[in-house]
Amino acid sequence: MTLESNVPSGPLAHKWSKYKQEQKLVNPANKRKFEVLIVGSGLAGASAAATLAELGYNVKCFCFQDSPRRAHSIAAQGGINAAKNYRNDGDSIYRLFYDTIKGGDFRAREGNVHRLAEVSVNIIDQCVAQGVPFAREYGGLLDNRSFGGAQVSRTFYARGQTGQQLLLGAYQALSRQIGLGTVKMYPRTEMLDLVLINGEAKGIVVRDLITGAISSHGGDAVVLATGGYGNVFYLSTNAQGCNVTATYRAYKKGAYFANPCYTQIHPTCIPVSGDHQSKLTLMSESLRNDGRVWVPKTAGDTRLPQDIPEGDRDYYLERKYPSYGNLAPRDIASRAAKEACDNGLGVGPGGRGVYLDFSDAIKRLGEDKIRERYGNLFEMYERITGENAYQRPMRIYPAVHYTMGGLWVDYNLMSNIPGLFVLGEANFSDHGANRLGASALMQGLADGYFVLPYTIANHFASTKQHKPSTDAAEFKEAEQEVEARIKKLLSINGKRTVNDFHRELGKLVWDKCGMARNDAGLKEALARIPALREEFWENVNVLGDAEALNPALERAGRVADFMEFAELLCLDALHRKESCGGHFREEYQTEDGEAQRNDEEFSYVAAWGYSGVGNAPVLNKEPLVYEEVHMTQRSYK
Amino acid sequence: MSETTMNLTLRVWRQKNAQSAGTFVEYEAKNISVDMSFLEMLDVVNEELTARGEDPIAFDHDCREGICGMCSLTINGKAHGPLEATTTCQLHMRSFKNGDAITVEPWRAKPFPVIKDLVTDRSAFDRIIQVGGFVSVSTGGAPDGNALPIPKTDADAAMDAAQCIGCGACVAACKNASAMLFVAAKVGHLGLLPQGQTERDRRVLHMVAQMDEEGFGNCTNIGSCSAVCPKEIGQDFISRLNRDFLKASLRAK
Repeated sequence: MTLESNVPSGPLAHKWSKYKQEQKLVNPANKRKFEVLIVGSGLAGASAAATLAELGYNVKCFCFQDSPRRAHSIAAQGGINAAKNYRNDGDSIYRLFYDTIKGGDFRAREGNVHRLAEVSVNIIDQCVAQGVPFAREYGGLLDNRSFGGAQVSRTFYARGQTGQQLLLGAYQALSRQIGLGTVKMYPRTEMLDLVLINGEAKGIVVRDLITGAISSHGGDAVVLATGGYGNVFYLSTNAQGCNVTATYRAYKKGAYFANPCYTQIHPTCIPVSGDHQSKLTLMSESLRNDGRVWVPKTAGDTRLPQDIPEGDRDYYLERKYPSYGNLAPRDIASRAAKEACDNGLGVGPGGRGVYLDFSDAIKRLGEDKIRERYGNLFEMYERITGENAYQRPMRIYPAVHYTMGGLWVDYNLMSNIPGLFVLGEANFSDHGANRLGASALMQGLADGYFVLPYTIANHFASTKQHKPSTDAAEFKEAEQEVEARIKKLLSINGKRTVNDFHRELGKLVWDKCGMARNDAGLKEALARIPALREEFWENVNVLGDAEALNPALERAGRVADFMEFAELLCLDALHRKESCGGHFREEYQTEDGEAQRNDEEFSYVAAWGYSGVGNAPVLNKEPLVYEEVHMTQRSYK
Repeated sequence: MSETTMNLTLRVWRQKNAQSAGTFVEYEAKNISVDMSFLEMLDVVNEELTARGEDPIAFDHDCREGICGMCSLTINGKAHGPLEATTTCQLHMRSFKNGDAITVEPWRAKPFPVIKDLVTDRSAFDRIIQVGGFVSVSTGGAPDGNALPIPKTDADAAMDAAQCIGCGACVAACKNASAMLFVAAKVGHLGLLPQGQTERDRRVLHMVAQMDEEGFGNCTNIGSCSAVCPKEIGQDFISRLNRDFLKASLRAK
């Protein structure tokens, strides 16, 4: 089946204006008749909830954290891109659009990305009006910094806590609506199923995480803004609670899951220190401006880094990519670190680490200058590792950071299930096979503040069916299924903990479907995952009650979904016989080891349809048609 | 016993739910690596409890990088433990030594009732924001971001306050269970910026009224709140809150 993207016709730069001119509207008096269920309260969910409520819709918003302010968008450090051209350095909407398409290795949808670049400028204005304390220059105007994959300075930031400040802006807008009674907020509430009535998304089943009560909510549309699936790898920079459950349940109800194999590995994270480790911490990419990456030239060199003379060091990024050097893009820098460690040259516990050395920069600029630039990062590094990076090089290693894949959506951000909208990291649409730095915040807020409020009106104006009663049989069935699953998880009384299973699954997926993938490894993973899943359902040990706060039970449900989702991830990676962006298949590389795309055969979105646990999902293709952009091979040499 | 691992005795507050009474229970934490975070140490204890068929210890946590504000814990009587400017998730076990006995409690404050074990209900903070901790601008129609120049010093000072992660350590540390530092951070952040001026009086009056209604105590200038604040938000913001509140109260009459 070929999917219809519903991108408006006409010149690229006019598509969104044309859409807005031609879309149908809902008059103010009628808006209050519609109820929207929004799952997730990060940048995308909170901005959508606030904006729809401001417009007059009735909104219910759900999050599993104790407050909407804690969603994982809060952890984003670096910044948010916008095509303001405040620097007078040649930026434009087209350039931001083009950088994003190219950064995504020509695997994103042109129309969506152009719209993203168009509304980026409105996001900054909106956030400033809300009181987001962006960094400023002495003249009082907004400051910018540069980020990877761009030759202009277009990243707005608030110290190293841009995600926090943008999320608090959206949270405050949402709080205002909660105070006004237009949004009903459900914190500590987890969505456990999507309910379809006559093929349309009309409700959800949720669990109150404090009382354990299962209940249904009906609405005219369901919006999923539930983030990415990076925790399928167990260790990632994601928060502990991040999960695939909401999107995966929607997938099981018929929504297509697109490009799950596009996962982003960030090159500069603090390495794993032992089996106890529960998460990995990102160190900002900006460190690579002054740090030099190296490993010893010979395997098994146990000397302290400061005792290894220059001649015995391999500054491999500078050697392989002389023009970009230590600032090679994320996917390339990550793979090079892996290669060095695979060759036995890695440093630190387990040999999975490379040095990021500031000694040259300290000699050149002085320790004070380095402290001024990166002091907070050096402190964070010391807090976690106990090592002083002014005196010895940092040890870094790549870690899972972001997932570009997600539920398939059309230009309206609506999935193939009518009435089911998907925003932010949870959808697949804007980043192709690789996301550029400072673009995730942009997309989350674009979707919630400036896209969904238009497209959902267009949808409501052309639908007849209204909010169903939760007495409908579809709700009762879904509730019973959810309850039965919880009962099952609590009744197994096996010998292994949920964490233990999650760790094993994560290691398998990381080893076989991580930074580099190949046919044999993926097939091995696909053979082992079902067996592990089977063991999970026979041997997991989840204690406690269903009718109480039970963190182990919550986690068990999420890991159970990862056990199925991991198979889809590997299957997609196996089927995509090319390398692009974050998806690197060892069989498909250029002579010098770079990713080799196959535009002839794989220039499409792979949108998978569910067909039962253990059954092969159905592949649907949306061809990627580039009307304005010419596809090229990326080069950073 | 190598120098990289340690054995500890934990005294952990266990409480089945909001209705039942709680008590301290002792646990041994063995072979704890110095590289573990405090929460990873609790993960290890929980894995062992689960293997023994005992209910694991419930505690709040999410990002584990010191920014979401979900983790809490009063450790040996100090909110977020012994390190300054550090959340519990960023506290590592090398701050402890072999043989230590560590007492772990939930935030203790009436407006933060215990839900289970170490998990408390901090929704009072959300309700304080809901009555005024925002600038009332709806999406769309905002002027250009550079239309309103803001002195860098003001923007930086606003950011100092805006960094608050809403964890509630300030309340837990205060003998009066006062939420003044939390309220002061938001009132200060928005009050320092031109965007926050139109609602400045209304904001402070509503937020303080809600704070009182939630049952938080008053500030008696001890400073424990700033001492435990992971973001080191200073007492000067409380002075600012008091000034704003006084002025707004006078103007309201």
